[in-house]
Amino acid sequence: MSNLKPDAILRAVSRGRGGVHVPHRKLTAECETVRLPVPEQVVLPMQQHIGAPCVPTVKKGDHVLVGQVIGDSDKFLSVPIHASVSGDVTAVGDVKIANGKMVPAVTIKSDGLMETAEFTPPEVHSVEDLTKAIRASGLVGLGGAGFPSFVKLTLSPDKPIDTLVVNAAECEPYITVDYRECVENSQNIMDSIYTLVDLYKFKQVIIAVEDNKPEAIRILKEIADKDIDHGNTVRLMTLKSRYPQGAEKMMVLSATGRKVPEGKLPADVGCIVMNVASVAFVARYLKTGKPLISRTVTVSGDCIADPKNLRVPIGTSFRTLIDFCGGFTEPPVKILSGGPMMGLAVVDTDAPLLKSNNALLAFGKNSVYAKPASQCIRCGRCHAACPMGLIPTKIEDLALKRDAEALKAAGTMVCMECGSCAYSCPAGKPLVQYMRLAKEVIREANGK
Amino acid sequence: MDELKKTETAAPAPETAPQAKPGAIPKKTAAKPAEEKEMLLVTASPHVKSPATVRGIMLDVIIALIPAGFAGIAVFGLMAAVTIAVCVCGCVVAEWIWCKAMKKPMTVGDLSAVVTGLLLAYNLPVGIPPWMCLIGCFVAIIVVKQFFGGIGKNFANPAITARIVLLVSFASAMTNFTAPKAADAVTSATPLAIIGSPADFAAAEALPKLTDMLLGLHAGCIGEVCSAALLLGAVYLLARRVISPVIPLCYVGTVAVFMLLASKFDFTYMLYEILAGGLLLGAFFMATDYTTSPINTLGKAVFGVGCGLLTAVIRLYGSLPEGVSYSILLMNIACPLIEKFTTPAYFGQIKEKRKKKEKGGAAA
Ligand code: SF4
Ligand code: SF4
Repeated sequence: MSNLKPDAILRAVSRGRGGVHVPHRKLTAECETVRLPVPEQVVLPMQQHIGAPCVPTVKKGDHVLVGQVIGDSDKFLSVPIHASVSGDVTAVGDVKIANGKMVPAVTIKSDGLMETAEFTPPEVHSVEDLTKAIRASGLVGLGGAGFPSFVKLTLSPDKPIDTLVVNAAECEPYITVDYRECVENSQNIMDSIYTLVDLYKFKQVIIAVEDNKPEAIRILKEIADKDIDHGNTVRLMTLKSRYPQGAEKMMVLSATGRKVPEGKLPADVGCIVMNVASVAFVARYLKTGKPLISRTVTVSGDCIADPKNLRVPIGTSFRTLIDFCGGFTEPPVKILSGGPMMGLAVVDTDAPLLKSNNALLAFGKNSVYAKPASQCIRCGRCHAACPMGLIPTKIEDLALKRDAEALKAAGTMVCMECGSCAYSCPAGKPLVQYMRLAKEVIREANGK
Repeated sequence: MDELKKTETAAPAPETAPQAKPGAIPKKTAAKPAEEKEMLLVTASPHVKSPATVRGIMLDVIIALIPAGFAGIAVFGLMAAVTIAVCVCGCVVAEWIWCKAMKKPMTVGDLSAVVTGLLLAYNLPVGIPPWMCLIGCFVAIIVVKQFFGGIGKNFANPAITARIVLLVSFASAMTNFTAPKAADAVTSATPLAIIGSPADFAAAEALPKLTDMLLGLHAGCIGEVCSAALLLGAVYLLARRVISPVIPLCYVGTVAVFMLLASKFDFTYMLYEILAGGLLLGAFFMATDYTTSPINTLGKAVFGVGCGLLTAVIRLYGSLPEGVSYSILLMNIACPLIEKFTTPAYFGQIKEKRKKKEKGGAAA
């Protein structure tokens, strides 16, 4: 395999490290976050994170307070879910979520009072205290993936961690929640970082931000510069704006030069990567003890009358958000939860907002651009765009042949479904869908 | 498409199937009266696509080929225009007929047949009878391209294969070069034929000046003579990122080095070798054909060097004066093999050896 090196060099010379330029369209960058009025009802699905679903701990007719636990699980990979409004539980049963699936959920009719349960700030003296507290807070990665944060923060003895990467890249178009977090809550971000540094003894903390956000860079730079008494561990890193700069593995590589091996996590190369909004939440939680019951979301897209950044109770229906932003200017053709590159097309606007939803975007018929799919011309753009160095067109072929062994060898499983390949394909191939099919083929073969 | 539907669990939507949405969304500022039902489009991510299209790419190639075409017409007169027109029309009509006859989606619109037609014409001498051109079109579009499944599926470059078929079938017509009309040049021998080997080079008579080589004032195929026009088109393609520079650089570079070595560092000789014959046309426009060249960069480099070596060897030691077409065709055939051995490592790939070690360690 001595031919690997020259290829890496050639790749660097010819196209760089993959990725694509996607128009930013951050319409809401300068919109200060607005608090949504208390919604009439919230629907809280029992699975809002990667891992085991929660079991409802309340029943129909119960009166709940803001922040009260309404769903929990005794499995390791799971976090509790809290009531985001005060009021009465009107239903415990299946509801339809954004992707059209029916999942168990708790529905709470708000009494409009937002009476809160008693919050006590957690006592944190060690890493164990912190992870326990973070689990109890219900925090999941707020950047979109929804991975329980306490798992990331759990140390394992054989994996020494020396680096914290605070991810403020926000490389998806339209979304501006992380940016607003930097601008509005820099104090919290700073406090969190210091707490974490004190507990984890990180050798370095790297705040990564894309170079298209000068204001955030200015503020974060201040944070980094103030860090004299913490041994100068905090450093700001400006990244060239290039999608998918914010992907975890890409972050680790840009920040530390380390490559996360196939099938491994950033922790295996000594890094913890956290989204900036999650980081800010940690400080807020440690100060108040108030669990994750609301989040910031960007409501935008070309057929939203008045795009905004909103602070919203988890479980509010998409429709309420859209109405608050002035409704549609034209009939929407496509509505997305999440960004245009990795987000999910919403089947139904009655669906509730989940902990991991960072954006709600609506598009009219003029901006939904469907490229008719034609035959692959082997132009190689998908390969050049793939940050993981895969050859999507080859994987497509193998997936259609259902050749699991060859698919594994081709690296299918490292695909993060970032969409760069399908974005750049001139033949309009739905390559991400083929990547999913390919993974399915492998899983099937493994299952046998 | 059957296959795709199975992914529904992972991708909760069959492609572009609009979903009916029960109930309407109240619209406060909606310009249109509220409708009772709304259809939301549900597709797999990503929901934005780059503006690049197959047609756009082909259009860029056509634009890049235009200067060389005009140069050819300027040098050889209107007969060249006739040949170009016949080839382009022939290819487009062949594609059209195939799609109609086989009841396939019409693919004339992607303009790839136009590109094939242009390339074929550029590889033919002026004055070749139109019916021979049409045979070439048939071979290129029907036999080489469509028999193998259409665009992106052919194993060899259609224009090159068609040219070689014509060369083998009608050797005299294909090598009957005329002297340029526009110049006072008298010879109708191509520079390559005049140059011969490095040994003959010094004694070669009636060799066009180097500037004439650049401008195209010498005998040769329609599109290959004017190096300046070809380079102009090549710069356009590179600037538009339609082609990667790897193949042409490796190709021309290898030929240059080989020729320098063979002539004991005679730079003039090397320059003649590069500017003469179809090297530039081949290196920038034909060897870079997406379908028949490797996708990964290392593969491209190997491909380019391979083409260069073959061309140099054929020119110097073969019995043929020109080797560009043959070398590209050979490398086309070798392309899947090259790709197999140059597949780049993906991100975080664990090398085979270490993988085995790890497994062994786990078992122990
Ligand atoms: S980008 Fe599209 S057309 Fe180009 S090689 Fe990949 S799949 Fe084929
Ligand atoms: S979706 Fe997968 S294959 Fe496509 S560019 Fe992203 S990582 Fe590569």
